[in-house]
Amino acid sequence: MREMKKREHDAYERIIAKSGITRRFPRNLDFSGIPPILFLQPYAIEYVRSYGQDSPFFLGLRERKLLGSECKACRYRWATPRGHCMFCGKETTWFKLPHCGTVHAFTVCRFGSEAFLDETPFALAYIEFEDVQGLFLSRLKEVPLDAPTLDWIGMPVEARFASRPSAPEQQPPATPSVVDVWFVPLKQ
Amino acid sequence: MRPVFCVAGGVSKFAKARKDKTFQALVREAVDEMCQDLRISHRRLREVTDETVLSYFSDHFTGQLKAGSMVHDYLGFCPAGSHRVEGGGATGGLCFQEAYKTIASGAADICLACGFETMSSVLTWKGNEFIALASDVTFDFPVGGFYSGYYAAMVTRHMKEFGTTVEQMAMVSVKNHRNAVHNPYAQHAGLVDLGNGEKVRAADLTVADVLRSVEIAWPLKRLDICTMSDGAAACLLASEKGLRKLQRARARIPALVKVSGIGRGQDTMRLADRPRGEVILLPHEDPELYRGLKYPGVHSFRAGRVAAKQAYERAGITDPLCKLDFVELHDAYTSSEIQTVEDLGLAPYGRGGAFIESGLPFMQSIRYGDGIRVAPARLPVNPSGGLIACGHPVGATGLMQAVFALWQLQRTIRARFGSDVLQVPGARCGLIHSHAGTGSYVAVSVLERVDA
Repeated sequence: MREMKKREHDAYERIIAKSGITRRFPRNLDFSGIPPILFLQPYAIEYVRSYGQDSPFFLGLRERKLLGSECKACRYRWATPRGHCMFCGKETTWFKLPHCGTVHAFTVCRFGSEAFLDETPFALAYIEFEDVQGLFLSRLKEVPLDAPTLDWIGMPVEARFASRPSAPEQQPPATPSVVDVWFVPLKQ
Repeated sequence: MRPVFCVAGGVSKFAKARKDKTFQALVREAVDEMCQDLRISHRRLREVTDETVLSYFSDHFTGQLKAGSMVHDYLGFCPAGSHRVEGGGATGGLCFQEAYKTIASGAADICLACGFETMSSVLTWKGNEFIALASDVTFDFPVGGFYSGYYAAMVTRHMKEFGTTVEQMAMVSVKNHRNAVHNPYAQHAGLVDLGNGEKVRAADLTVADVLRSVEIAWPLKRLDICTMSDGAAACLLASEKGLRKLQRARARIPALVKVSGIGRGQDTMRLADRPRGEVILLPHEDPELYRGLKYPGVHSFRAGRVAAKQAYERAGITDPLCKLDFVELHDAYTSSEIQTVEDLGLAPYGRGGAFIESGLPFMQSIRYGDGIRVAPARLPVNPSGGLIACGHPVGATGLMQAVFALWQLQRTIRARFGSDVLQVPGARCGLIHSHAGTGSYVAVSVLERVDA
């Protein structure tokens, strides 16, 4: 993957090296045949983000718990945080999701965006839980990535959590992320 | 609501990289073509146009906020008003509809819709990342960060529920690539890259080639997926008063095409949150068809169904299969063409794979090779080659579909494409469909030829 990225980058560098900047300025102002000037421009930024009202979900991840959102009025449960019900608009409450579910849909990504290229190949799955209408998108690990089949759909799976110190006094505490949970086939 | 007519359109050449021009000048290229179509000068266009709507998907690609204003400025439309629209992959379709609304509401008599994307400003993998930022960055992006992955997961469910096959998906790719051979604007009409070092002529592409192309996200392969492009497209919309204004400006309009209905729908950004309830029915559908089917789940695009239903109602269409002469739909993935055919009611849910096998969506004028059946009664889908073969410069794509549909209905394909292989004979009514990530946003518009 890194090699592909490097090849593309190198190709651009070659094009840039031959771009318009290498040409002489025509005294008669006839610029026809002069290629455009290309250049590389780095861009980096640090955001100050907040999980906002979804923060309890991430606190839960640190404690190896999965939290979903429930609308008691509509008797509807999502496996993701939704602060307000999509049907009646009332505020939802938190509930603990089971750690076991089944694969509802999945894929094996052999390529990815730049941020995840080094992690390929990896499997993604939408996890279905009993008595929960919503699904949960997660990585699916410990599956044979070279031999995916539709039989994976319906496969019982269980959650695994990143081993993080459950100590908020750690300075600075590691920021939980949705990738701190993933699923593996349930050992029978 | 006043009647709205689509009078002219233009498309720039779509390519992997257009470094010869800035985005403003790229849009000008499409507008120039549109003016050629109308046989009026740019000065005249400026004089008659009341407003513009600009579309581009990502500020990240341009690295320039208010890029739409810069296009409006470059084209010389200041001090007239303008606004920018954005709706992910459906940005272009949304732009067309905003121009429609500008006219229908009486706010303007002539409105220019133009869009662009310059995706070559970053390397391919960074481009994939920018696109993935249009998924929930807290819950979806950190896990997958890759749209091809999301669509691949959707189609595994479609395959499981309905028995859709990778061969059926490959047939979509063959159809769209072989159509594009006759479309001079298409990006992938010559040699098609299988991604494994192999290249095949688009005109000879087979199901086996598609299945052999490199796997991107199981079960989707390189040739199941559209590519990133640089390009621009433009469309001119007018009211009846606007038509008279254009007549006075001596514009040439080969045939009158009315926008007879628009529709839109949206679905949850997170696929995981989509309900599993009952199918939203179209007038020609029997609820018995869908007994026990949980809808939309992750296998279908509810937004596409809602958009189609609304557009059909407004255009007075009760049986789309009979009424429509062609469809230009958003085939960012071969799988999504199959899923979309169902949303549009061209085949019942679950029968999209059988629809391609039936031969209905193929062009009779083209040879698709062994094993591909072309049905005599037909409804060509993506006669232009679609996104898969034309390219997908996001903000321009939906407008490109409008332009190709307009040319079909004006029956000027021969003049624009250099041959009438892709002209749908006697085209009277066409549908365009623009779609954003995992079906989170869909815009459907119906265009009809009005014979004087």
